[in-house]
Parts: sequence; C-alpha cells; structure tokens
Amino acid sequence: MSNSLRDDIPLFQQIAEMIETSIAEDNLTADEKVPSTNELAKYYQINPATAAKGINLLVDQGIIYKKRGVGMFVTKEAKDIILSKKKENFFKDFVKPMLEEAERIDFNKKTIIHWIEEESE
Amino acid sequence: MNISTNNLRKNYLKEVALDDLSLQLEGNKIIGLLGKNGAGKTTFMRMLAGHFQQSSGTLKVNGQNSFNNYEITKDICFVMESDNFNEKFSIKDVLAISAEFYPNWDHEYAEKLIELFQLKKKQKVKNLSKGMYSALGIITGLASHAPLTIFDEPYIGLDASYRSLFYDLLLESYQQQPRMIILSTHLIDEVSKLFEEVVILQKGRLMLHETSDDIARKHLVLTGSSEEVDKIIQNKQVIYESTMLGQKVAVLFDEEITDVGSLKVSRASLQELFVYLTKEEVKSYA
Repeated sequence: MSNSLRDDIPLFQQIAEMIETSIAEDNLTADEKVPSTNELAKYYQINPATAAKGINLLVDQGIIYKKRGVGMFVTKEAKDIILSKKKENFFKDFVKPMLEEAERIDFNKKTIIHWIEEESE
Repeated sequence: MNISTNNLRKNYLKEVALDDLSLQLEGNKIIGLLGKNGAGKTTFMRMLAGHFQQSSGTLKVNGQNSFNNYEITKDICFVMESDNFNEKFSIKDVLAISAEFYPNWDHEYAEKLIELFQLKKKQKVKNLSKGMYSALGIITGLASHAPLTIFDEPYIGLDASYRSLFYDLLLESYQQQPRMIILSTHLIDEVSKLFEEVVILQKGRLMLHETSDDIARKHLVLTGSSEEVDKIIQNKQVIYESTMLGQKVAVLFDEEITDVGSLKVSRASLQELFVYLTKEEVKSYA
C-alpha cells in the first residue's frame, strides 16, 4: 500500500480504493481480516472517523463484512464485485482519456490499435 | 464535552480581539482551529481555558463559565506555544504539578512519553531547547487525558520527525480515550487529515465551521477556457480566480452545479482553501 494520500479525492474514498486494490491483487483474500479503522487511521495519520467512512463504503457494497467484536473481513464475492466494477469503469477511466489525447495531438488510431495487438501477443 | 459561545467579545483596551463570536462545538472530536495571525485564535483558546474573562457575551464549557472555576478547568488542558511552565522547575516538577492538577493524569504514559522524546527528568525548564520545551508541552497535553485538550501551535522548534511522532501519539491517545481535542496550527497541510471538523476565525469572527467532509464536498475547482469558466461562475460565490495562457481556474464555495460542460473539476487541499478564503488582495503600488 502506498503511504501517501492525495488532496484531490476525498480521503475516505481513497481508503476504500486502496482496500479494493489490495483485494483485486489478492493481497487480501476471502474471509481474511481487513485492517481496523484504528490501524488505518494510525498508518495514514488520518482521523478515525474518515477511515470508518471508507470501511462503511465497502460494507455497503458487500465487499467486506463486520463480525461484532472481532473485526472486518473480506466477503467471498468481494473480488468479483470489485473486478466487475473495474471493468465497467475501464472505458471511462482508460480508453476514453487515451482517445481524447490521441485526438488532441492528431494521432492515428490505427497505430494505437496496432500497438495494442502487438503488446498483447 | 460541549462548548457554546454567544456574541462573545474580547477587547484589549481599544483592540478588538474577538468580535461577536457565536460557535457551538460538541462531542469527542479532533477539531482544527485555523485563522491568520491576529484572527483571535489564541484569545479564544485562552478564554476557554479560563485565563481571563470576556468583555461581553457568553462562553460556556459544559454549561459553565471556565474563568476562575476549577470544576471546569480541571477538565481542560491548554498547551500554549510558550510560557507553559515556570522556568525554575525541572521536568520532574512539571510532571508532579500536572499530576496534582489533572484528575485523569496518566503517570505511566507520561514516563513513556518522556523516554520517547528523549528528555531527562532532572533538566530545568529554563535549560530546555525550543524543541524540548515543545515536547514537554505535548507530553503534558497527552498525559493529562483532559476531556478538553487544546494545543496552540504546540511544536515550535520540533523537527518533522518529532512532529510526525506527535501526530501518531495524538491519534493513538484519542482512539484509546476519545475526547475533544482542539488543535490550532499554521501547518495545515501536515495535519488537515487529522481533523474531523474545522473552524476558521477571521478578524475575531467566525468565518467557517464545517466537518472536513463537507468542506471537501462544498467546494469546486473549475479549470477550462476563460469564456466557459466565466459563463458558469456568473452570480456564483467565487473565492478565487486566476487566468494564465487562456486557461482559467476558479474556485467556488457552497454552490451546487449540475452541469460543468467540458470544464475540468477538481478539489483543492484544506491549506489552499484556507489561503483562498482568508488572503488579502495585494494592491499594486506601481
């Protein structure tokens, strides 16, 4: 996990995204314990209420679940939920900005397609 | 913990330090108290701590005025930039006096902190460096476990590493024993992530009191061509604008905008917002 948080995205959202990335990359797997709000707050030097808000965002989406008095854990469906969310956002987050930049600098789309084909071989 | 002021005013002779301040703070939270030099922050904190009386208006801490009132001041630990401790005392004396004054004083924790900050208990206050003096203030504030703990620029002379240690300790202590912590600082970038709420004073008055989340949510930084930006910010509350190379940046506060067209929307840091909200225009003398 990177220890630096950005200013331009709400902190609680960044906390949620870092946990999601960690699950997507199998650093955290199903039924594994997620760092507590206190641990997150201390590690990132943020207010515990902010860390709790990030955690709750993931609880609401069924990515992690709370066990009373024990802690938070990754759900079995977590990775699927995160991957399908990332797939949905792939066009908006990666393809669209690339095509916009290509248009701005008057770049040939065929070259881009050629690169993609070459890279994925 | 509950703080309530109504039309609070404090004059020093003819100088107005606080002017009609009405503010409610409650709950166990870490609250950032911000303002430019001379905005009235220290006056406000000193009055909370019962150092002197107001000129007019009301100030209640848990329902009572804290001036000359040990029932309330035993629950308030106020750590100032300087002048916290009598120069003749040793660190050991300071800890012993604090233990007498604060009912929740945690002796073991104070000892642990003395070690962490590498102080020696025999040292006299007058021989401490600025950084060590600040460390002693921080130790007192943390070990007091006071339901209202106030830090006014507590780290003069402390290096970045010890400041970071202070933030770690503050969070740890707050999590173990939630209480109201008011932290006044000019190093906003360093500590803004610790705040649950932010209060900004300007010229002795309340300029803003919001949760950190709301501050982040309520402002917008718009970037794009001058014409497009101007079209959208018409009749809106603009707290900052600047143009360079045909690109305009405008910061809006407390405005709902649904359609920004092709403009880029981003967020500013608390420190940037603070500057936008409180900065005086530089008048050209050319």
